[in-house]
Amino acid sequence: MAQVSMTVNGAVKSGEVEGRTLLSTFLREGLGMTGTHVGCDTSQCGACAVHVDGKLVKACTMLAMEADGAEVATIEGQANADGSLNTIQQAFQDHHGLQCGFCTPGMVMSAAALLKENPTPSETEIREHLEGNICRCTGYHNIVKAIMAASGQDVTAIAAE
Amino acid sequence: MPKDSGIGASSKRREDVRFLTGAGNYTDDINVNGQAYVHFLRSDIAHGTINKIDTSAAAAMPGVIKIFTAEDFAAVGGVPCGWQVTDKHGNPMQEPKHPVLAEGKVRYVGEMIAGVVAETAEQARDAAEAIELDIAELPAVVDMKAAVQDGAPKVHDDLPSNLCYDWGFVEENKGAVDEAIANAAHVTTLELVNNRLVANPMEPRVAIGDFARGTGDSTLYTTSQNPHVIRLLMGAFVLGIPEHKLRVIAPDVGGGFGTKIFHYAEEAFVTFAAKAINRAVKWTSSRSEAFISDAHGRDHVTKIDLALDADNNFTAIRTETYANMGAYLSTFAPSVPTWLHGTLMAGNYKTPVIYVNVKAVFTNTVPVDAYRGAGRPEATYQLERLIDKAARELGVDPIALRRQNFVTEFPYETPVAVAYDTGDYNATMDTLEQIADLSGFEARLAESKAKGKLRGLGVNCYIEACGIAPSNLVGQLGARAGLYESATVRVNATGGLVVMTGSHSHGQGHETAFPQVIAEMIGIDESMVEIVHGDTANTPMGMGTYGSRSLAVGGSAMVRATEKIINKTKKIAAHLLEAAEADIELKDGQFSVAGTDKSVAWGDVTLAAYVPHNYPLEDIEPGLEETAFYDPSNFTYPAGAYACEVEVDPDTGKVTIERFSAADDFGNVVNPMIVSGQVHGGIAQGVGQALLEGVVYDENGQLLSASYMDYAMPRADDLPFYAVDHSNGTPCTHNPLGVKGCGEAGAIGSPPAVVNAVVDALQRNGSNVTHIDMPLSPSRVWDAMNS
Ligand code: FES
Ligand code: FES
Repeated sequence: MAQVSMTVNGAVKSGEVEGRTLLSTFLREGLGMTGTHVGCDTSQCGACAVHVDGKLVKACTMLAMEADGAEVATIEGQANADGSLNTIQQAFQDHHGLQCGFCTPGMVMSAAALLKENPTPSETEIREHLEGNICRCTGYHNIVKAIMAASGQDVTAIAAE
Repeated sequence: MPKDSGIGASSKRREDVRFLTGAGNYTDDINVNGQAYVHFLRSDIAHGTINKIDTSAAAAMPGVIKIFTAEDFAAVGGVPCGWQVTDKHGNPMQEPKHPVLAEGKVRYVGEMIAGVVAETAEQARDAAEAIELDIAELPAVVDMKAAVQDGAPKVHDDLPSNLCYDWGFVEENKGAVDEAIANAAHVTTLELVNNRLVANPMEPRVAIGDFARGTGDSTLYTTSQNPHVIRLLMGAFVLGIPEHKLRVIAPDVGGGFGTKIFHYAEEAFVTFAAKAINRAVKWTSSRSEAFISDAHGRDHVTKIDLALDADNNFTAIRTETYANMGAYLSTFAPSVPTWLHGTLMAGNYKTPVIYVNVKAVFTNTVPVDAYRGAGRPEATYQLERLIDKAARELGVDPIALRRQNFVTEFPYETPVAVAYDTGDYNATMDTLEQIADLSGFEARLAESKAKGKLRGLGVNCYIEACGIAPSNLVGQLGARAGLYESATVRVNATGGLVVMTGSHSHGQGHETAFPQVIAEMIGIDESMVEIVHGDTANTPMGMGTYGSRSLAVGGSAMVRATEKIINKTKKIAAHLLEAAEADIELKDGQFSVAGTDKSVAWGDVTLAAYVPHNYPLEDIEPGLEETAFYDPSNFTYPAGAYACEVEVDPDTGKVTIERFSAADDFGNVVNPMIVSGQVHGGIAQGVGQALLEGVVYDENGQLLSASYMDYAMPRADDLPFYAVDHSNGTPCTHNPLGVKGCGEAGAIGSPPAVVNAVVDALQRNGSNVTHIDMPLSPSRVWDAMNS
């Protein structure tokens, strides 16, 4: 067992981990931050997506020890300071970009990373960016639409509802 | 104008806020004080005799609390099957025992042999690897037709063969069907495979068993679509725990699609083990485990014939299907290829006689059960592929051939035992032609051609039977449960309502849509209504969410309970207003006396019910809580028409979906936004089946498609924006909301549209390909083009 320490959503957190403990496991079980989900064991689904030092990372592909000293952002820290939904989260609600909600934390973190690099992505760019995030519920229509809306694009022409 | 609240409004989902902020409460997010963890040792051999399980070394590993094998479960029952099908000779199906842990033999890769309970999940896994197994491998049967040949290895030694049942429907019509086909002007025949799928909700299954020594109560937290059904099946048939000593909680569930309906052995294990070691026991499935332990879906091999007269009217349909059951009967497995499939073989068409034969077969594979649509996609796919083929053989327009044979008068009794109450198939087809812009197809075809791509258009219809189902009918058909739904409406003193329902929400938005209905009935704000579900301790009996039944059946129960509440509040209001009950009207949350300006607010009446100072105590009890059970009198029959346009790359065989349009008749719609979302998701799963997804076993029963690296899930860049419409609702005539259900339509209606489109693209390019089996991978399409 080893001690790790990292800044998660602005607060310093530490805990004991085994060498094989994944960042996703540490967040969920070590810190009780269960917003980060685990949907696979082959780094394919993106339900576990978080930001580590500002970069989009699948938390199941990183050892907790590798994140020692890093700045980690998770879904729990995404809302505005007053607790209201941030622009991306609000767009997901407005455009019904989630159903069961299981892929949603990863989708929101992935969308945030995209919009940081590319503030007005095209439909194709969004779809390609979401390659690493699987959603089984929505058929992606409303997720893509929500991300376009969050980036300030007019989505009224995209098939309603 | 779209409404901004109540029935018909696209109210935003209130559950989204917790999901978007990481505050959901999924089963794996729950940890019970002092819990231990189980890791299951699963068979990596498809068929074999267990000679020895040596757990001594494993038991000595760090953290191990107890290792369970079949011996520990000798005194409890097997995992039950909830539906008994009667074969064409009148005999019950073959029903093998389904033990919690493998007894004497293993029958599929993934079957649980031992459960190692330890202090941590890692210790449990490490110890499971130290169990020494001696299994003598036997020849496996994987192919269904081979499995029913004489001399095939038997999956269950105590059964006469691998045939579970040979079902004929309607057996009395067989002769008439054969005769109609023999005398037809034209017969079209098609052989096809409905590919085996894995449902793959993004949340893997989780189960936590807990036992309270002080009270002797057991609790199971589980990822289920129907906690009450699990309580009943597990309590009564497996562990012998009466319902009042067993609580089942299914909190937020991350998608189900059918595969979380069933009672699984892991649930029984953790509940049993928790009592045995007097500590909570938690199991979290990995995705790799899910592929070999969640019940799979589909897996039919079918030959179908359509007879037409000289005027192209359909005169008979005959279909013969082999349906894979896997190694054991999962909860509803026998009903899927029979009653959920045979009864839909009429489709949207008036065909006078139909005969359906289904042979259900045991193989050394994971059990197969309902997956989104369950039986109805299989029926739709056969029929709609076949009609397309017939149209091409006859040189007629596929849409015109369909329209010519549409059922147009309702109610309509099909020759396969169901009666459609309402529908307007021409109207949905008209809408489809419009939203799919079929008149612009030629221009798009030319554009594709200019890019060197082959373009094709596929159209099909579908009908489904939802809102399952009248209990007395399904009882006759072999269901071992009733299929009503219940609701309790509790009105609090200050006027807010809590509705406790047996329907479970795992993505469908019940917490938003159900209050829209109740709020409209009373005339109050939706935010005053809260939905409680997913806990047998909080909700009355419930049959759960599947078969697109929640609003049609569960919603109807809520309406009935709310009507009882309204009746009682009117009595109280009449007393307060000193008027006759018959003169009381409830509108916009105000009770008024007809023809006067006297009124009293909803909140004052509900307060009076709990503070009965001025109250007709001699006539009615204080309090405001009512329960209703609703048992439907018929199925509902959503129907629609779908169109798909594809481009095929002639060099690689790669298919891309260029346009997808869906026109559906769901009857009345409560929340159009949610309904469209359901259709989107269903289409994605149907396109996934048609182009990408498929379970592959090798001949030894090894699952080759056992992860997201090998099983292709539809991703965002595999799919386009969809055009969906549900404006042609013909209200259901027999439930109070006039609703039909929308959860499965997309998955039912979309696969034939995709395949029809690809065949169309190839034929336009001069190919004589008439069929390609799903999934239409580039290599299959390329082979078809180049053969
Ligand atoms: S859980 Fe990390 S990619 Fe699936
Ligand atoms: S909302 Fe359920 S997996 Fe995306």
